[in-house]
Amino acid sequence: MADLGRIVAVVPAFREEGAIGGVVAGIKAVNPAIDVVVVDDGSPDRTAAAAAEAGAAVVRLPFNLGIGAAVQTGFRYALEHDYDTAVRLDGDGQHDPNELPKLLEVLALGEADVVTGSRFVGPDRTYRPPLARRLGITWFAKLVSMLTRQRVTDTTSGFQALNRKGISLFARDYPSDYPEVEGTLLVLRTKLRLVEVPVVMKTREHGRSSITLPKSIYYLFKVTLALLIAMARRATLPADEREPR
Amino acid sequence: MTPVRVSIAAAIASILVILIVLELIRGRRLKERYALLWLATGIVLLILSLWRGALTTIAGWVGVETYPPAILFAAATLFIIIVLLHYSTVLSRLTDDNVRLAQEIGLIRERLRAHESALEQLAGGRTDGRA
Repeated sequence: MADLGRIVAVVPAFREEGAIGGVVAGIKAVNPAIDVVVVDDGSPDRTAAAAAEAGAAVVRLPFNLGIGAAVQTGFRYALEHDYDTAVRLDGDGQHDPNELPKLLEVLALGEADVVTGSRFVGPDRTYRPPLARRLGITWFAKLVSMLTRQRVTDTTSGFQALNRKGISLFARDYPSDYPEVEGTLLVLRTKLRLVEVPVVMKTREHGRSSITLPKSIYYLFKVTLALLIAMARRATLPADEREPR
Repeated sequence: MTPVRVSIAAAIASILVILIVLELIRGRRLKERYALLWLATGIVLLILSLWRGALTTIAGWVGVETYPPAILFAAATLFIIIVLLHYSTVLSRLTDDNVRLAQEIGLIRERLRAHESALEQLAGGRTDGRA
């Protein structure tokens, strides 16, 4: 067993004043020892205040940077404050804090650097996304599996637990929009160990998904291109985390 | 051969470009780093418009036989594309820098807030002790 040490939950949020309090409280209810940092991505509403009231540390970005940069800010916070473990949950409540222990248990086994909550492994597959989205998710899973010769089922899941190596990697390199797919590729190419565990995800509690159909098609091409270009790039871990040889 | 009037007009235009760029640098409205490509554009176009034999030779190389001044257009277009590409890289770098700065500001403000509230608690604790 690896000691998980101090744990921080990184929660990116944009316009989530309705949901964020519940997410923070949910994490605290599962394990009060987990610190929560909410990264408010320049929301015009009360997201930051609601998060602070619920007991989270709040990093408020001065303007909207997009999901990738917001998540990366959280990992930088984890690195700067010397946390040993980080978990990432979305601020809209789709990642159920009650599923957190599953991710942390696997990370504690010490056989993974990054643990992803996947909607497509395990027996209980209740998550049925709309056809278009399912096709997109399958496409990226197959593409990343093929490029890295490692089987992954859910490259678009942002529900993750990471050890220090994972935190350092993402604090330095994290893609901008739709970052999870390219992030997964980066993890595998830097030879970090990725393990997927089955999780159940909730449907959105508040607001609407920011992704519309034309946007989805645009992202499909953009992310596919980004993946292929990323393959042509050298993938290295930050200097501090490389194995001494 | 290039008509003389075309050469003169092209030379005047090139000199104008060079003068405007130099004036912008002088007035500190353009950094040298971003002006170099523009200066190179003006100088190359000036040379090509004055050295008419060279223009005809180059036109011959690339198979333009009827109208050598087309090479002037081609050269100008090429340089504009290079300048624009250069700007795209500059823009990308500025975007990254901007994101990084925003992240740092967010992180530093959070730290500042944490320190302030710790200080407040400390100060509060002391007055309670005295009372």
